[in-house]
Amino acid sequence: MHKQHVKGKMCRASAAVCGAVLAASSWAAETAQSAAPKINDPARGWDSLWHEVIVDITIIGILFAVVTAWFVFTSRRTAGNQTGASPKLSAASAVGWTVLPIFIFLSIDLYTAANGWVLWNHYRDVPADRLEVKLESGMYSWDYTYPNGVRTQNELIVPAGKPVMLRMTSRDTLHSHYIPDFRVKEDSMPGRVTYLWFHPTKPGEHLVTCAEYCGVMHSYMAGRVIVKSADEYAAWMKREETQLAAAGAPAAAETGAPVAKPAARPKKT
Amino acid sequence: MNLKEWIFTTDHKRVGILYLIGSLAAFAVAGIMALLMRAELSTIGPTITANPTNYNVWLYTHGAVMILGFQIPALTGFFANFCIPLMIGAKDVAFPRVNALSVWLFYVGVILALATFFIPDPPDIMWTGYPPYSTITTGNTAMYSFTVLILGFASIIGGVNFLTTVAYMRAPGITLNKLNIFVWCTLGAFVLQLIFVPVLGTAVSLISMDKYLGTNFFDPAKGGDVLTYQNLFWFYSHPAVYVIFLPFIGVVFEVISSHARSAVFNYKMVVYGGIGGIVLLAGEVWVHHLYVSGMADWLRIGQMVTTLMISIPVGLMMISLVGTLYKSSIAFTTPMLYALGVVFLFLIGGLTGIPLAVPSLTLAVSDTYYVVGHFHYVMAVAGTFAIFAGIYHWFPKFSGRMYNELWGKIGFWLTFIGSNVVFWTMMDIGVDGMPRRYYDYAHFPQFESAHQLMTAGAVVLGLGFAIAVLNWIIGAMKGPPAGDNPWGSPSLEWTTVSPPPHGNWPSPPSVADDWHPYSYRKG
Repeated sequence: MHKQHVKGKMCRASAAVCGAVLAASSWAAETAQSAAPKINDPARGWDSLWHEVIVDITIIGILFAVVTAWFVFTSRRTAGNQTGASPKLSAASAVGWTVLPIFIFLSIDLYTAANGWVLWNHYRDVPADRLEVKLESGMYSWDYTYPNGVRTQNELIVPAGKPVMLRMTSRDTLHSHYIPDFRVKEDSMPGRVTYLWFHPTKPGEHLVTCAEYCGVMHSYMAGRVIVKSADEYAAWMKREETQLAAAGAPAAAETGAPVAKPAARPKKT
Repeated sequence: MNLKEWIFTTDHKRVGILYLIGSLAAFAVAGIMALLMRAELSTIGPTITANPTNYNVWLYTHGAVMILGFQIPALTGFFANFCIPLMIGAKDVAFPRVNALSVWLFYVGVILALATFFIPDPPDIMWTGYPPYSTITTGNTAMYSFTVLILGFASIIGGVNFLTTVAYMRAPGITLNKLNIFVWCTLGAFVLQLIFVPVLGTAVSLISMDKYLGTNFFDPAKGGDVLTYQNLFWFYSHPAVYVIFLPFIGVVFEVISSHARSAVFNYKMVVYGGIGGIVLLAGEVWVHHLYVSGMADWLRIGQMVTTLMISIPVGLMMISLVGTLYKSSIAFTTPMLYALGVVFLFLIGGLTGIPLAVPSLTLAVSDTYYVVGHFHYVMAVAGTFAIFAGIYHWFPKFSGRMYNELWGKIGFWLTFIGSNVVFWTMMDIGVDGMPRRYYDYAHFPQFESAHQLMTAGAVVLGLGFAIAVLNWIIGAMKGPPAGDNPWGSPSLEWTTVSPPPHGNWPSPPSVADDWHPYSYRKG
């Protein structure tokens, strides 16, 4: 399920070119309707900017490769003592061949940077109406704590339609909470709090996997984001709250899903 | 010829060949590690080892040894040692004994790196050694620190040596604007080494001090900060990419220019715009390795712009390489094929780096196989192809004999096909979410066939490399005599006999006023 639509869209070059125009105009559109609580879903912005950049670099690459191939195939040595016959550059054309490419490259760079910055702001500006969950990562599990004290492990259960923000830290080594379907990851580490957010729109399950080398069992550190409809989520949360109240104080992290075995933890020397 | 003469040699050519032998040995070991990893990944779940630590140790060894034991020493050790004095018409380097010391240290470092397999708790901290894991693992972090320190020290004294050599020992008539592009590139690389290696030395010393001596540089519970290490490490290790890139692109310039018998297009643009631009920008882009590490937002945005600007000097160099081919006279020899291969592979590698310069795009693909595929195109394959192009190109000079052209070409095509199969597939599944440094991909069963394809590609790739190395060994022992200047190059190293005697020329060479290392039409 998380393979999703990257590939499918990748072929649709035309869609990506439209994406270019959209991305360029999104900033203007945004400032125009400042009052409306519009959610800029970074995952969608990522898809369109990614496709745009892929199309751009493909065009540049093909142009470059065709010119190179042309030069190579028209320059085969025919006689043993033959030397190249390229014209000598005048001082003016030497400068021109330097300055012109610099401006072309610089304009591509700055255009890419501007689009990247707009998308970056979507990734970092979290909508005010959101579900905020704390995440503590450890070898080798994801431990989530909801605002009301409910805890889950390796399963982040969220309602569809509401932006979800994770405030993350780690109790041991570096980890990185990577949700491929939502095109987002950010490292969690001891001593600092980092964050990310994503916008689940419809019910479903999404893989969470660790993307920062964290120890022996790194490749087995995984979990799920489970998106429920708003009603199902409310019902689930109600059950959890009741259990929590019955257990007294916000107890150990065992409320949630089956716990991943903390295998082979290296000893502290 | 006896062993003692070689070990205690101060001749820059022999020191260079010692570097070559050592770095190729390191290449072989690190390559075998890659094949072991590919074998492990050919099925989901345990394949050839049930212990993830074994895989992590192979991964550590592959990365650390390929970069520190193979690419940097082959480029700034072998090529710099062998070519620079010959290219500038000097009889040796400025400090021959310091040079001998640097190759000894290099061997100590390589032996230390390879001893990984003979100690009970080998390092398993990747070549990056990020704390906190590197300070709590049972693996031997000190081994990593000392390997890096010794190889770094060897590189620093090499750098001092070559900067002095080029500054003071050029033959009469060789002005700065008549230096080979390779010499300029290597100077740029050594300037970067001198500035940045001490930072790496600091970083790796601090993790060992944290682990063994009880300091707390990176332990937040005691006032330290884990991010500091990543900043220190990449403050060196990104410039290290250019320490590899500059000499290898320099080799490609020499090879393409020689085998196309065409002057380097817009020489000054390459030297001042390309090499100068890279040296200036090298230290301002390290944060792009930390785009998902929780760095301050303003730093991530700022270094997005500097990172994208790297396309300017690199683009100028690519334009020059392609411009050199215009109306040239190309002989499709093995070194030329490898050099053209570099242009192609580096084009793919460079362009696929553009999305990675943008932090918002990196948030999805960072730490995935996309990144692994990208940097293998840029550094691993393009860099190794350039090294192979250079070895083939100067093979007649340093051995006095000729390699086998047919086997050379077979080796090239195998490596070219194999590397594209492996690394293109890698980028492809990386975009779809395959994370890097995974011993097992049980959560990604859909990638199993792609992994098997890559394993097959890796075998072809390894076979191609093995054929090349065998070709050199057999050529050096039994090849036909090559003559002094088989490629018809005006560059100075081809004016002496093959192989050059101690002292290189009977008397210092002098060059005509209109001589240039790329003045082919004079012939």
